[in-house]
Amino acid sequence: MRRPPLAPLILAALAACSSDEAPPCEGPNGPCIELAPSGGDDHGALQTALIEAAPGDVIYLAAGTYEVSQGLSLAVDDVTLRGAGMDETVISFAGQVDGAQGLLVTADGFTAEDLAVMDTAGDGIKVEGGARVIVRRVRVEWSGTPSQDNGAYGLYPVQCTDVLIEDSLVRGASDAGIYVGQSERIVVRRNRVERNVAGIEIENSFDADVFENTATENTGGVLVFNLPGLQVQNGSRTRVFDNEVFDNNWPNFAPEGNIVGKVPQGTGIALLAAHQVELFGNRIADNQTVNAAAISYYMTQLELDDPEYDPFSDTIYIHDNEFSGGGDRASGELGFALLAALNNLEEPPEAVPDIVFDGIMDPDKMDGDGLAAEFNLCIREGGDADFVNLDAEHEFAGVSLDMAPHDCEHPALPAVELDGIDL
Amino acid sequence: MRRAAALALAAALAAGCGDDLAGGPDAGPEDCAPPPGDAPQFDLAGPACRSLSSYRFFADGPAQVPAEGVVPYEVNSALFSDHASKHRFLWLPPGASMRYQAEGAFELPVGSVLIKTFGYLADLRDPSAGERLVETRLLVHGEDGWYGLVYLWDEAQADAHLQVAGAVVPVEWIHKDGEPRALDYLVPNTNQCAQCHVSDQVAEPIGVRARHINRDFAYPDGVDNQLAYLTRAGLLTGAPADPDQAPRAAVWDDPTTGTVAERARAWLDINCAHCHSPGGPARTSGLDLRASQEEPARYGVCKPPVAAGGGSGGRQYGIVPGAPDESILVYRLESVEPDVRMPELLRQTVHEESLALVREWIAAMEGSCGAE
Repeated sequence: MRRPPLAPLILAALAACSSDEAPPCEGPNGPCIELAPSGGDDHGALQTALIEAAPGDVIYLAAGTYEVSQGLSLAVDDVTLRGAGMDETVISFAGQVDGAQGLLVTADGFTAEDLAVMDTAGDGIKVEGGARVIVRRVRVEWSGTPSQDNGAYGLYPVQCTDVLIEDSLVRGASDAGIYVGQSERIVVRRNRVERNVAGIEIENSFDADVFENTATENTGGVLVFNLPGLQVQNGSRTRVFDNEVFDNNWPNFAPEGNIVGKVPQGTGIALLAAHQVELFGNRIADNQTVNAAAISYYMTQLELDDPEYDPFSDTIYIHDNEFSGGGDRASGELGFALLAALNNLEEPPEAVPDIVFDGIMDPDKMDGDGLAAEFNLCIREGGDADFVNLDAEHEFAGVSLDMAPHDCEHPALPAVELDGIDL
Repeated sequence: MRRAAALALAAALAAGCGDDLAGGPDAGPEDCAPPPGDAPQFDLAGPACRSLSSYRFFADGPAQVPAEGVVPYEVNSALFSDHASKHRFLWLPPGASMRYQAEGAFELPVGSVLIKTFGYLADLRDPSAGERLVETRLLVHGEDGWYGLVYLWDEAQADAHLQVAGAVVPVEWIHKDGEPRALDYLVPNTNQCAQCHVSDQVAEPIGVRARHINRDFAYPDGVDNQLAYLTRAGLLTGAPADPDQAPRAAVWDDPTTGTVAERARAWLDINCAHCHSPGGPARTSGLDLRASQEEPARYGVCKPPVAAGGGSGGRQYGIVPGAPDESILVYRLESVEPDVRMPELLRQTVHEESLALVREWIAAMEGSCGAE
């Protein structure tokens, strides 16, 4: 073959590699850095592009499957990794031999969009210590039946500020599909999470809005947790609203030892040592252990040795949700504790009530037998949502279905705004 | 220039679609232009050299004989790297010196280069039987901070060449037990340098600290303490005149240097604490494996995992006193699975000897995790 000039060769090669004509890709720096799958191991090509990217670059991954044998990493600020669609551009880590995640980002201004990350050995995409993180229209998935051998987290920003995760899909994570930990200013919206142990988890974080997501067929749908022993803790101010949280009845497949391993199969929304949380406008249905629960860390029965940590849930406001079904097959250690508590009632209800409170309260925030007004668990549900206070503090002796002590409201939490990201 | 290189690379990759690109040529930056002469040189302003020899750090590179002014050193306890042998050197710009610190990394002047070559002895029982050099890593103190460069030794063992994206190199050796072993050695990419060498978002050296290098070394002109030697050579200022007044980490496999606990903690410090420390990349786990951490819950005793996933191995706590087989720490040291093993980068074999030490340390601990 004659040697053509270089530029036409590039174009010909690109065209030959992708099934469709590639759309023009432009970034702030001009044309995107374009890659196409080689058919062999693409680790070197992708990693080189990630290392050599300049701030503002867009790395465009043409449609196809990229086989990648080692974890990828990005340390350059303001880089966008863009594919041709979450079903079209697939980075497959099925043969991964190194790296505890598919992609590790330690940079600010990272955007991932329109691509899929499949079958990573560990976590899918981890962003550590980044500002302005955007993940949109990204699919993270582990093939096959959910297994404890799957990676822990799908989308995993930790110690980040200003995080937007939207229109994404995570399936099969052995811990949480979307997990935002030790972060500030977070919006998680319009995602679908299914067949994970936890669908969405906001942990040790401040100012999170979780809305218009669909969480189904997870072990637990949406979790707002605070855990001890971390650099950023006692997180607060989370709104969980307008979500669809139903049929989260998948058996728990987390490796034992992980906190989500304690989430009972059939949990809708769970708040653990959570502060200033507003749950409203959600449809919460058919979660077989409990539709919604607010509990303290003590319910995990784990060792606790952290004087800085606040293990109690307080200042929770649950209102205007739509509850149906659920609570009809309580499972797991916590599920059995629930049933034990309910059996202390003269007339135990047929199903676990929609909203469960463990009744373990911070003595410093109490007024009489309950929480002081400003810290109280407030419930304003129309319709027939029901409630139980387990009184776990006293080994369920005072278990009560009476919602009256919780007939109150808290001021609405403000909508989260992200610095540097338009919503 | 960077953009042009990247585009050229992208073009090359695209043009080669269908080919196996693993180990393919790097997007080479333009080559350096060393000044005339024989002295070691590193031009911070120019591009990185394509070939290691251009820096003239070695009088004999293949034999790892340093050039004049390039000083070899050893550490008390070393990072385990799949049984690779290591050669460490430091080079400071002519006339410059580094400043002693009792705890943190020494303050090295801009322009300093730390040089570390990884190789495989043909026979771990007999260093004279030959060695295959695999890679030489440079940690360079640039104007804007430390950064890494990785050079891959060629098949002929004549020189090493810049490798940005990492590599996989098949190696084989006769192990200490006389049995042949082989593995696909993983050479890190330049991003991975930072994954170990970053603390508080700033890259820094790990080994060049008092407690790691306060030990004797067999210099060509005799055995001497490294701190004393470097001071006398004018390369180190501020160190105590008596090395016994400086911190000294235990040598993990030398029982004369410390108790089982001290040696286990020293091993965990050099192998884990670059990530598992308050400023390190694994700070998010809440586990602090620095030897200086005195609070047992912080170094893992009865500490539940945070984001371990399958790394927990079904165990409840990092360390369960008296019970190595119930301790996540041990589970992760025993594993070679990418999502389980610790350290998580590059390690593909189990270091049986240090594992035995860590197990001995945990087995001897008293107490229990209350809620178990």
